[in-house]
Amino acid sequence: MENEKNHIIPYRTFLFVLAGLITLTLTSAVVTQISLGTFTVAIALIIATIKSSLVLRVFMHLKFESRMFSLAVIAVVLLIATVIIITLLDYLYR
Amino acid sequence: MWLFLFTEMLLFGGLFVVYSVYRFRNPVAFHLAAQELSVTIGTINTIILLTSSAMIAMSITALQTKNKKLTLFLLGITILLGLAFLVNKYFEWGGHIKEHIYPGSSILALRGQGDVLFFGLYFFMTGLHALHIIIGLIFIAIITAKIFRNKITFNNYVLLENSGLYWHLVDLIWIFLYPLFYLIT
Repeated sequence: MENEKNHIIPYRTFLFVLAGLITLTLTSAVVTQISLGTFTVAIALIIATIKSSLVLRVFMHLKFESRMFSLAVIAVVLLIATVIIITLLDYLYR
Repeated sequence: MWLFLFTEMLLFGGLFVVYSVYRFRNPVAFHLAAQELSVTIGTINTIILLTSSAMIAMSITALQTKNKKLTLFLLGITILLGLAFLVNKYFEWGGHIKEHIYPGSSILALRGQGDVLFFGLYFFMTGLHALHIIIGLIFIAIITAKIFRNKITFNNYVLLENSGLYWHLVDLIWIFLYPLFYLIT
């Protein structure tokens, strides 16, 4: 994370991202109150994924790091997702 | 630092696996139990954490541009927001405990296994998360003191960056806890 020591991100970027994150939070709170059945879960999780990628890329500087860090994060996320899917498949077809 | 963050992600990842299995096995109980949590408090806490994350991210910019006063100010706000999150959590948990909803409660046990599992996970996952908040706050307080005494400066801010990364991770975990416990009902 010290590769690009002098990369300075302007304050504006952070404020824009923060505004986006708060908007997404409120959107997900409103949308999930309207009952959409199974879609509710999907929408809530998609919004959470968008929010976390914003935090990872901008707040955690992944956008400005070497690609290796991003790939490693994606690998960890895929690992957790795979384990959840395999576990649920097991329960589904037991 | 990133390696450590990965172990943290896997720790909570394991808990998310447990959550999805329990939810799959007790969909109705989870649906009803989640309605008892206050969406308002959850949303407020989400916004508090997101803002504090932005503040610590901006404090790095402030330090890079050699603006020590602004750095200290932004870190101070980060700490205050973190404390506000914990205060909210205290009142939220307090409310549940007053209604006899806590792990091991005999009144909760009467409501069936699904409710016990939901609130057990709720207290454990948000509790573990709150523990991370406390640790993060201690780190940030130490770093703030170091910046104040000029031990950390614009050409030596790895520690600030790392505590920032840790704080963002705590934020990241909350981003997923929030929909799973408060929103999906």
